[in-house]
Amino acid sequence: MSGPSRKLAAYAEHPRTPEFAELRFGNLEPHLIEAPDDGTYYLNMGPHHPSTHGVLRLVLRLDGEKVIDCEPVIGYSHRAHEKMAERGLYSQFLPNPSRMDYLGGMIYNVGYCQAVEQAFGISVPDRARWIRTMVSEFNRISSHLLWFGAFIMDLGGFTPFLLAFQDRENILDLLDSVTGSRLTYCYANFGGVTLDLPDDFAGRAKALIETQRTHFETYKKLVTDNTIFRSRTDGIGIITPEQVHSYAMTGPCARASGVDYDVRRAEPYSIYSELDFEVPTRTEGDCLARYLVRFEEMEQSLRIIEQCLERMPSGPIGPDRPLIRVKTKPGSYYFTCESPRGQLGWFLLADKNPEPWRLHARTPSFCNLSAMIEVLKGTMIADTIAILGSIDVVMPEIDR
Amino acid sequence: MPALIAALEGMLGTWLTQFLLGFTALAALITLNAMFMVWFERKVSAWVQGRLGPMEHGPQGTLQTLLDVIKLLGKEPIIPAKVDRTTFILAPVVAFLPALVLLSLLPYSEDLVFTNAESGILLVFAFGGVSLMGVFMGGWSSNNKYALLGGVRAVSQNIAYELPLLLSTMAVVLSAGTLNISKIVQVQTAGGFGWFFMYQPLALIIYIIAATAETNRAPFDIPEAESELVAGFHTEYPAMGFAVFFLAEYTYMFVVCGVGAALFLGGNHGPWLPGPCWFLIKVYFLLFLMVMFRWTFPRLRFDQLMDLAWKLLIPLSLANLMVTALVIKLV
Repeated sequence: MSGPSRKLAAYAEHPRTPEFAELRFGNLEPHLIEAPDDGTYYLNMGPHHPSTHGVLRLVLRLDGEKVIDCEPVIGYSHRAHEKMAERGLYSQFLPNPSRMDYLGGMIYNVGYCQAVEQAFGISVPDRARWIRTMVSEFNRISSHLLWFGAFIMDLGGFTPFLLAFQDRENILDLLDSVTGSRLTYCYANFGGVTLDLPDDFAGRAKALIETQRTHFETYKKLVTDNTIFRSRTDGIGIITPEQVHSYAMTGPCARASGVDYDVRRAEPYSIYSELDFEVPTRTEGDCLARYLVRFEEMEQSLRIIEQCLERMPSGPIGPDRPLIRVKTKPGSYYFTCESPRGQLGWFLLADKNPEPWRLHARTPSFCNLSAMIEVLKGTMIADTIAILGSIDVVMPEIDR
Repeated sequence: MPALIAALEGMLGTWLTQFLLGFTALAALITLNAMFMVWFERKVSAWVQGRLGPMEHGPQGTLQTLLDVIKLLGKEPIIPAKVDRTTFILAPVVAFLPALVLLSLLPYSEDLVFTNAESGILLVFAFGGVSLMGVFMGGWSSNNKYALLGGVRAVSQNIAYELPLLLSTMAVVLSAGTLNISKIVQVQTAGGFGWFFMYQPLALIIYIIAATAETNRAPFDIPEAESELVAGFHTEYPAMGFAVFFLAEYTYMFVVCGVGAALFLGGNHGPWLPGPCWFLIKVYFLLFLMVMFRWTFPRLRFDQLMDLAWKLLIPLSLANLMVTALVIKLV
């Protein structure tokens, strides 16, 4: 039996949950079933709402303005990326990862390539690895900048949003000159990258780093030191290290709660072991800590980029001809890297066929969102928005 | 022009003519102010954010608001099926109408006062309170949880902030010895006395904060907190219903800034330029401050907003009032 039909047979044998209908309409839509008669009410926030960051839907049970209970409903932007991976060659899935997380597209794209390379022993030239790291860090900064703007907008400040977007625009322009695309990159391919850096890249990148540093000073004055901002975030939405562990939270949110774990240092991949950078952590675990950790991370990313620019080796950037058909080796493989939101894992189950048997992405936002729901109980609506913003969820990455 | 007025007086009598002229002038002021403020706000926000703002229609986009109004007029006024129809339709009207009365109480210059009421300040606060009813009616009748939350927030916020607003103006009233706004201005312009903000700086600061909150402007815009309540009390209002709420908001901003200019900044007093010019300059300076607040600060949380009013502003303004009373008694 060939690939797809064999798979269909496997799915047919899978025992279906008989309570499927009840799961859907019994648990997730409580407001349709019963209206509580204890003075509380349900508020359906999303999927269309200014601050649910895409299509997250929160069914809130409220007492006045106080959140008693919260039920997140996800799946509104499910596009079956993992299924798509099973239906084509490994290389045909290359455009997809960056569409899972449209803010950290480069990191997803590079991560997928590295997962496949590691699994099947494809070698990558030095220069390609340095270029990949550098553009990934640029991507991390642009993602954090967008988060910064959106977070302050959730808190009601509009100006930082547009200032951050201008900064992000500069980074996108720079990445555009390298990769040819602005948001959903398909830049890395198996064994290297598709295009070399343009000649004026180093100069432009250095100028950008300079301006970015001065802009961070502005943000510090405009936002970080603002009394209203402090009172909105200080001590709000505290996540304990125990919660971090039990929900498998990763990324800046975990590091803000005192869990010192960054894949780039804990399990160094690519060239991260050769680079000099710090992993910022804080112990408070509140919205302010998450904000400060991300800001420090942007600074560290700038440092990484500087080192990359300085030490960029010369040489080939990849195989002469793009690797369309990968020589596979049956087995299960796992590769993990650090996305702007936390640990991104690629689980790959390969057989002899040229397409993956199963490709699963372990995306960080799903775990982070689950932990947030516990913190929400007992807060006000405004805090709900602040906490949700501070977690930095990207819905297409959760739904895939 | 004088001939025309004389002809009108011959036909309608003096009182009706004056009423008509005043009404027309005030209606024009409301519309022009709102149109100017929308453009001004967009330009200031663009300046703050490093953008250009509206540029397409007219020089520097000055005609943009006019075209926006035409667009809003052309839109279909949808009334959702499950709203309380009468209240829903009345709400914007109730919110807007007191604005007309309030504008007539402001002293634009020494002889350009539409209603020279002895208890002018009290009337301002009385009619200002009525408009709150419109906001709450809109929130209540919309049959929408976001709108209801917005309406409820508006009521508690306005009640909390009316007190420091009133108390801070009372300090000025005590110093001037009258409730009549024109007379308060005259006290400041009389030989070398100086404007009241020099004697009452604390009252001015409290007044500006409370006035920003009273007009539901950021950072106190929690009744329409976009990121929390979508659009708050006017979530369900399309087309002109929304526009009238908008018009009311900008008119109230003009009114509170007008009262502030008259009470603290000497109203129409100033060198070289005629009185109304100075009055408008001061009003728009205060409005500029309010616009800058909006584009600089994040929003307060609801309970923090209440804390600010009840725990800080009201005790401060009470203390300020008592000190003022003591000083007046002793001096």
